[in-house]
Amino acid sequence: MLYLQLFWEFFKTGLFSVGGGLATLPFLYDMAKKHPDWIDASSIMDMLAVSESTPGPIGVNMSTYTGFKTGGVLGSLMATMGLVIPSVIIVLIIAGILTRFKESKYVQAAFYGMRPATMGLIAAATIVVIKEALMDTSALAKGDLLGLFEPVSVIYCIILIMLMSKLKVHPIVFVAVSAVIGCFVKF
Amino acid sequence: MKKLLVIYWTFFKMGAVCFGGGYAMLPILERELVKKRGWTTKENLIDYYAIGQCTPGVIAVNTSTFVGNEIGGIFGGIMGTLGFITPSIIIITLIAALLSNFAHIDMVQRAFGGIRICVCALMFMAVAKLWKSAVKDMLGTVIFIMVAGCSVFLDISPVIYVILAATVGIIADKIKSTSKE
Repeated sequence: MLYLQLFWEFFKTGLFSVGGGLATLPFLYDMAKKHPDWIDASSIMDMLAVSESTPGPIGVNMSTYTGFKTGGVLGSLMATMGLVIPSVIIVLIIAGILTRFKESKYVQAAFYGMRPATMGLIAAATIVVIKEALMDTSALAKGDLLGLFEPVSVIYCIILIMLMSKLKVHPIVFVAVSAVIGCFVKF
Repeated sequence: MKKLLVIYWTFFKMGAVCFGGGYAMLPILERELVKKRGWTTKENLIDYYAIGQCTPGVIAVNTSTFVGNEIGGIFGGIMGTLGFITPSIIIITLIAALLSNFAHIDMVQRAFGGIRICVCALMFMAVAKLWKSAVKDMLGTVIFIMVAGCSVFLDISPVIYVILAATVGIIADKIKSTSKE
C-alpha cells in the first residue's frame, strides 16, 4: 500500500512538473505537507544540496531519496519509477508525431501559460527555502521583527550569490566550501 | 538484445557523469551520442532537448527516451532511460543510507547548516536564470504573480495551478486569434 502511494505521488509529480529539475520542488513541498512522515522541509533542502553535488537529474535524486527514507530500496525504486513512467510514455507517443507536436498551436499556447506558472511555483518554493535557512520564525511569535533574519546567514548568502555570478565554477565547489565553513561558524 | 544492452550501458555512463542536469549535460550528450556513437545528429539532439523542456517530467529522462527510441524503438527508449537513471538511484541510495547513520553527529549537522545557505544562493541563481525564458510579457507576469502569491498563502496542489495556467494560455491564444480576424 505504501509502495503504491509512493508510486502514485511521484507519478503525479512526473506528470505535472514541466521544465525539469527545480520544477519538482513545489511538488515535494506539497508532499511534505500531505505526508509529513515521508519527508520534511529541511531534508528536502539537504537533498537539494546532495543533488547538486552528485551526478544525475535532480528529480530522480529527490524521488530516490524520499522513496528510500520512506520504504527502503523498494520504496526508492517505486518512487523513481513513478516519476519517470509518465515522461517515458509521453515522449514515446510524441516521438511519432514530433513535428506536428512542435508546431501545434494548442501545445504552444498551453506551454505559454504553463511556463510562468511553473516559475511562480518555483518562486514560492524558494521562499520556503529562505524561511528554512535564513530566518528564525520563532522571533515572529515574540513580535521581534529585527530578530526575524539571522544576520550572519544572510550576509554569507549574499556573498555566495555575488561569488556565483562572478565565478564560473561548479556548484559542488560552493557546496563543499559551505560545508567546511558551516563546521566552524554556527549558522 | 545486444543493441539494447549497448544503449543501456551508454546511457548508464552518461548518467554517472552528468551533474545537475539542465544545459550542463548537453555537451556530454553531444560528445557521446553524436560524435562517438553517431546515433543521432546535433540538430535532433537540440530538438529533443527543446521538446524535453516543454513536456512533463525530468528533462534528462525525456531526452534519453527520445534518443533511445530513435536508435532502438520503444525498448531502446526504455533502456536508455533506465540506463541514465540507474547511477542516480545507486548513488543516492548509498548517500541516504549513510546520512541516516551520520545525521545525528554534531559536526554533520553544522556542515548542513552551511550547506543550506548555499542551497538558498543556488536557488536564487537558478530562479534568476529561469526567469528570462519563462516570463516574457504582461500575461506571463500576471500568471507568475498569481501562482506565486496563491501557493505561498493557500494550500492547493501544484497540479491545479499547472492545469489552470495551461487553460489560460489556450484561451488567451483563442482571444488573440479571433481579435485579429
